[in-house]
Amino acid sequence: MKLIIAIIQPHRLEQVKEQLYKADVHLITVNEVLGHGRQKGVTEVYRGFKETGNLLRKVRLEIAVNDNFVEPTIKAIIKGAQTGEIGDGKIFVVPLEECVRIRTAEKGSEAIG
Amino acid sequence: MRRNRRWILAAALMVAMVNLAAFAEDQSAAVSTPALKIDTGDTAWVLISTGLVMLMTPGLAFFYGGLVRRKNVLGVLMQCFIALAALSVQWVLFGYSLSFSPGNWFIGSLKWIGLNGVGFEPYVAYSATIPHQAFMIFQAMFAVITPALILGAFAERMKFSAYLVFSLLWATFVYDPLAHMVWGQGGWLRELGVADFAGGTVVHINAGIAALVTAIVIGKRKCYDKHPTPPHNLPFSVLGAALLWFGWFGFNAGSALAANGLATNALVVTNTAGAMAALTWAFLDWRFNGNPTMLGTISGAVAGLAAITPAAGFVGVGAALLIGTVASILCFAAVGTIKHKFGYDDSLDAFGVHGISGIWGTLATGLFATKAINAVGPNGLLAGNPRQFTIQLIAVVVTVVYVLVVTLVIYKVVDLIIGVRVVEVDEAIGLDLTQHNERAYTMLE
Repeated sequence: MKLIIAIIQPHRLEQVKEQLYKADVHLITVNEVLGHGRQKGVTEVYRGFKETGNLLRKVRLEIAVNDNFVEPTIKAIIKGAQTGEIGDGKIFVVPLEECVRIRTAEKGSEAIG
Repeated sequence: MRRNRRWILAAALMVAMVNLAAFAEDQSAAVSTPALKIDTGDTAWVLISTGLVMLMTPGLAFFYGGLVRRKNVLGVLMQCFIALAALSVQWVLFGYSLSFSPGNWFIGSLKWIGLNGVGFEPYVAYSATIPHQAFMIFQAMFAVITPALILGAFAERMKFSAYLVFSLLWATFVYDPLAHMVWGQGGWLRELGVADFAGGTVVHINAGIAALVTAIVIGKRKCYDKHPTPPHNLPFSVLGAALLWFGWFGFNAGSALAANGLATNALVVTNTAGAMAALTWAFLDWRFNGNPTMLGTISGAVAGLAAITPAAGFVGVGAALLIGTVASILCFAAVGTIKHKFGYDDSLDAFGVHGISGIWGTLATGLFATKAINAVGPNGLLAGNPRQFTIQLIAVVVTVVYVLVVTLVIYKVVDLIIGVRVVEVDEAIGLDLTQHNERAYTMLE
């Protein structure tokens, strides 16, 4: 089991969701987060006062999957989120020790899907 | 110990107020002058204008409240709202008497204390066609909003107790005498012939200079040099600016104290100057900062509305366009460049917007005033009366100097007795929790 964490542009969320559905991945958690990468944030101007290094709005997805779903999920996220511009985001894949479905107390691979 | 002292102070204040009220009630029965004709249209308009101007204080609260960080928004709303409460009481007890009762060149007397003698008959020296009390309550709303305007300068770092005492003292020793000098019977600037239709000196220069003084003496916010603080809720500020614009119709057109052509002129030029200034600031932003910003546009509107305030009853629509345009240019420079060059933290630009445009508007009145608009008003420089410009200049200088000195004294006194600034940790936590033990927004419920 793996936990896939993806940071994407907020305006690509709809496309990413669409691609995930096509790959038969339906269970996701979404957060609004702030952060920046190499572009070092944005500059905003308030009454002529320039503020540099402001954190950018991003969307963070969390998807827990069985091993055979890892590649399809990554592909779906890239397909939905890629624009080729700086700031498209990152995907992190981390090992997942356990997964429990609270409703039934099922564990492991059964509980994920 | 500190807590005790605060209670004693509050108790003493309450006792004094109740005594005053009782004293006033004793004598309030006997008012009557020969019956003057009350005009129902005029009275209705002034009462409605009172409501319009009242709404400006909560409007200002949202304008300022949106600009601060989320941990301080209740602090700002509370400071505005308590001004509405405390200064309304101050006004009927003794503020109106100090400002408007016939007194000497500097200040009114205590003759109208507790509204003693202020009845339903018109008081001809101020307004011949509306009840004296209608004039009084209309003026009350000006006395409320002026101290509230200042708080933009020291936002996010003043103790609530100090604010309350400071505002009451400031209203009594700065606003009331200045209102008397400019508008009150016997006031020397009024006698000199200053043209201030709705409060360029009394309201805007007054609050603006007090803002500059307090911003400098209270010092910068701790965060000011390290990281900037973007507004936490600009839509609040837009709502507030819209309410200010709306209320300003009462502020300026109501100052005609009649439902007539002059009131209409005031309303038209007010709307025009506000609109022109909003447009100007938006384009300045576009040109110099890359984008037309929402914050810039509402700041421009407020600058234009403040600038036209002294002129509204004396100038026509052409002058209003010019007054609005120049107001935005001056304020744009003040808040974008001058403030940062000098390094004071006028947090919400109370001086940069109200002070600057108040000075410009008062001087512009001396340039553009014309008897073609207001037959009983003066002509300005461009209508061949350079003397009026000199008078306006004198009024500006006198206002600036008086406010500067007395505000500084009051600040130091309050600082000595209570301490004006919150301690550093309270500033970091925010005024909402440390001053009021509430928060504006919940995270989880």
